[in-house]
Amino acid sequence: MWTFLVRRLLQSIIVLIGVTLISFVSLQIGGDPTYLFVSENASLEEIERTRAALGFDRPLHIQYLSYVWNALQGDFGDSLSYRQPAMGVVMEAMPATIELTIFSLFLAIALSIPLGIYAALKRGKPADGGIMTLAMLGQSIPNFWMGIMMIMFFGLYLRWFPISGHVPFLEPLFDGDFATAFRNLPQSMYYMIMPAIAVGTYTLARNARLVRSSMLEVLQQDYVRTARSKGISERRVILHHAMRNAWLPVVTMIGLEFGFLLGGVVVVETVFSYPGIGRLVFNAINQRDIPVVQASVILIAVIFILLNLIVDLIYARLDPRVKL
Amino acid sequence: MTDTTPAPSAAQTGDVGGLPVSYRRRELRRAFQSMVASRWALVGMLILVVVCIVAIFGPAMAPFDPNRQNIITRLLEPGSPGRGDAVYWLGSDHLGRDVLSRLLYGARVSLLVGVAAIAVGGTIGTIAGLVSGYFGGWIDDVIMRIGDIQLAFPFILLAIMFLVVLGPGLMNMILVLGIGQWITYARIVRAQTLSLREKEYVEAARAMGDRTISILFRTILPNIMAPLTVIASFNVASVILSEAALSFLGLGVPPDVPTWGSMLSESRDHLLSNKWWLAVFPGLAIVFTVLAFNIIGDWLRDFLDPRLKENG
Repeated sequence: MWTFLVRRLLQSIIVLIGVTLISFVSLQIGGDPTYLFVSENASLEEIERTRAALGFDRPLHIQYLSYVWNALQGDFGDSLSYRQPAMGVVMEAMPATIELTIFSLFLAIALSIPLGIYAALKRGKPADGGIMTLAMLGQSIPNFWMGIMMIMFFGLYLRWFPISGHVPFLEPLFDGDFATAFRNLPQSMYYMIMPAIAVGTYTLARNARLVRSSMLEVLQQDYVRTARSKGISERRVILHHAMRNAWLPVVTMIGLEFGFLLGGVVVVETVFSYPGIGRLVFNAINQRDIPVVQASVILIAVIFILLNLIVDLIYARLDPRVKL
Repeated sequence: MTDTTPAPSAAQTGDVGGLPVSYRRRELRRAFQSMVASRWALVGMLILVVVCIVAIFGPAMAPFDPNRQNIITRLLEPGSPGRGDAVYWLGSDHLGRDVLSRLLYGARVSLLVGVAAIAVGGTIGTIAGLVSGYFGGWIDDVIMRIGDIQLAFPFILLAIMFLVVLGPGLMNMILVLGIGQWITYARIVRAQTLSLREKEYVEAARAMGDRTISILFRTILPNIMAPLTVIASFNVASVILSEAALSFLGLGVPPDVPTWGSMLSESRDHLLSNKWWLAVFPGLAIVFTVLAFNIIGDWLRDFLDPRLKENG
């Protein structure tokens, strides 16, 4: 267990170093990065001044080491449009994005497991065909288009849901104001429901197919046959014997799914004018605010790596057979 | 230990095209029969053929110049008449450009980006996977760790990070999307190569003194084409989705090139005024194209490697 822990930690550190390397390379790939930090009309003097101030006149390896050192302290420079530390700007937008990601992950998993199991139990019947066709469609719809369609139909035509906005839940929770947080929760979910469906549809569809095929496999196992032959009711066989193992592949994927959903959230947030990292990145792209883009991407990558590490460690704790 | 007989490779048959003509004909017939039997696959293939025709002949079919702006014909509803006999079958956008013509041109970009990115990613990934799996050791470690690092970024964010610096452009888009996919291929090819390198016919090729490069590309590669083809089909679908998302964010090709993603991006400003056709048609074009590739991928998986069949 300890060997696994140490090895897994070391791996995560290597990956983290790689992340800084990739983001550093992404800065340098277009040539002298100084031009990313000055306006188009900047004078030669101003360019020189910026180059010296940001240290782009030093050798590459020194630049990289100083980049890593700054990144370790969360310093990605000042945002070019907000004129304050980029990481601070990103951190302010983070709770809203995490809320939306968790909610869409919850929706996707909560719906995909019963749908996948139901499809497996009705294998070959119209219900199975219907669910699988919808799942195939769900994997083919761009999340942002799904958002636009929902805004048009449920937001503007039926007027069931708000088409933009956000009521914070995590922010008051982090501040220790539990009363406000839980008072906000129903409204928070009401505002998040459309973006969460738009973000989570792909994952829902993919997991429903995964659960179905895993359930079909489990239903053919000896222990299910044994349970049936003992005369246990079909309902009990499915709920207590088959189902527990059928959703395992989905649970193992939660860490990866979270990262995948975070990527989707970035695009969908712009559709719903949702005040999270996505909208921030979108605005930063349009204003070429490189420090904000870098800080956002790296923060998400770090969360993703840590989350996968935690999931792996929990998994290793639960299942002693897991060794790396 | 007995092996399942691999498909005869070029090295074994001596055939210039890789496989004997009769074998290839038989396989093609079997593929066609299987496709007809699975109605979904046939539907997918038909959609794909239509999209390909549109991508190739789109400019000839387009009723208008996709970039021609006309203030008088702004935001016309679908079916509105234009000057003379011309009709805006799918309406016009905020600059008076014909939506149908832009859709037809957009097919070309989506398909080109999808296929080219897969060619880039598939080539890099296949070579990396073959080398990694065949040689093992530190080469394998290094290649796989690079892949792990890349997978630490949600892909769309990695693409954003590079495209913001590189700037929009067709070639940049293809490179970023292609390089983003290499690890998918590398992992599959590596796993297959690991098991194939121990097979007797690979052993035999080595014993006969074949060069490593020939073993990799003429003995091993032909035998892992099946899973590669399946992955490529699904991958085209996901690359088209990513291209649409990046174009939607304003990181795609330059504004004068119509793409489905950028059309959707522009449609957002007219949602409140209920100009539904600006969002519905480009979205449907993406959905049908991606759906077609996903259906074909499903069928290919069942056809080429029944062991992978989704218990359906």
